Amino acid sequence: MPIVTVRAAVCVLGRFPALAGADLDVDAGEIVLLAGPNGAGKTTLLRVLAGLVPLRAGSVHVLGHDLIANRRAHRRRLSLIGHDTFCYDDLTVAENLRFAARAAGATLASADAALLQFGLDEISEIAHSKLSAGQRRRLALAVAFARDPELLLLDEPHAGLDADGRDLLDALLRAAPARGMTVLVASHELDRTRTIATREVRVENGIVFGGRRVEDRAQPRIAEASAPVAAVASPAVGDVVG
Amino acid sequence: MMQLLRDARLVFVKDLRIELRARIVIAQIVPFGVLVLLLFAFALDPRRGMLPTVAPGLFWITVLLASILAVGRSIAVESEHGARDGLRLSGLDGGAIFVGKVGAIVAELLALEVLLLLGTFVLYDVSADGILVLTLTALAATAGIAATGTVYGVLASGAKVRETLVPLLVLPITAPVLLGASKAFESALSGRSGEAWPWVQLLGVFAALYLTVGFVAFGALLEEA
Repeated sequence: MPIVTVRAAVCVLGRFPALAGADLDVDAGEIVLLAGPNGAGKTTLLRVLAGLVPLRAGSVHVLGHDLIANRRAHRRRLSLIGHDTFCYDDLTVAENLRFAARAAGATLASADAALLQFGLDEISEIAHSKLSAGQRRRLALAVAFARDPELLLLDEPHAGLDADGRDLLDALLRAAPARGMTVLVASHELDRTRTIATREVRVENGIVFGGRRVEDRAQPRIAEASAPVAAVASPAVGDVVG
Repeated sequence: MMQLLRDARLVFVKDLRIELRARIVIAQIVPFGVLVLLLFAFALDPRRGMLPTVAPGLFWITVLLASILAVGRSIAVESEHGARDGLRLSGLDGGAIFVGKVGAIVAELLALEVLLLLGTFVLYDVSADGILVLTLTALAATAGIAATGTVYGVLASGAKVRETLVPLLVLPITAPVLLGASKAFESALSGRSGEAWPWVQLLGVFAALYLTVGFVAFGALLEEA
């Protein structure tokens, strides 16, 4: 069953087309690795799927919701790990976790379980402002899991974690499909993430290579994408896309 | 409806907890309000006879200025570590977030107003008459100020100059609150509570208007912030 369907997605940040006709299909239970260089559009793609960034053209369906019509309806059912922790400095680790879990409609037991899973129980009463960078990363990951999401969007999730944290995250990601989660991971740590992923796609210049299911690939893609992109792209990017 | 109330309570408790921890209201906003009240009293001291007359206006000017700080703080807590994105991603209803944030600001301002009112009685030589009018005026005016501040606060939250933009947006819009609340207080404190009711009604209408606008529009405004 498709959890994510992206077609000819064009997203413009400023004057730069961060997505230039991206296509992507993700089925339930998949762990998809998004690989690609810096500035390729991986982060933007994840933020589009989370509904944080609107599209200029194309379509996106996530968890059965058309994000062109409504970018908010699916948010309780997903978690996004970005470069920020999305946490409050003056709340403790436990309070941040419980707030996020309850906002998503998850139980407090789920928040407490994430607290233990990520080894945060000993610092549960420490304010976010007092945490080290690595502890903040663990908290951000714990918040994502505490929400019991159906779709987990991870942007460089290993960054800032120590060796134990990385191994723990890998184990949790491997177990994620069994918990009913579908995972998209944007990462530069390809060797590590390839051991977890069930599929790898490459993102370059705002286009996802290998994103569509094989049976659908006969349909035109670049043709759909290039028209809207040409209108907004700078000459250099336009050359690449065209 | 229950879901909405639950979401609003979650945001309300979160914002109040952050304020209690950070002690910005206690350590900065309350002293600021008391200081403004004191300075007005010193400035007008030579003509002490007029203090009871101007006390209601000075009280509400002080509350309005303090509310700018409270609103600014309410916005600022969402701007660190991507918390605004976190709030958007939380899945909480935009209207519920608005109600929760307004509720927290109202609670903070009401606490401030109680202290300021006590200070006004002492410094400005006025007596506590018409408690019902004073209470209803304070509730309606504070709700109106908090709702307006929250709407314009989120509107300005993406701007680099939000600290200066918020007062520029909020102060002119809340002029009717300043006028209505001052007149209602003036009537109540001078023992003519009956004359206050039209002003209390005006404050109620203003508060209802901005609470409705904020409830409906806050989600969309948060998306664009």
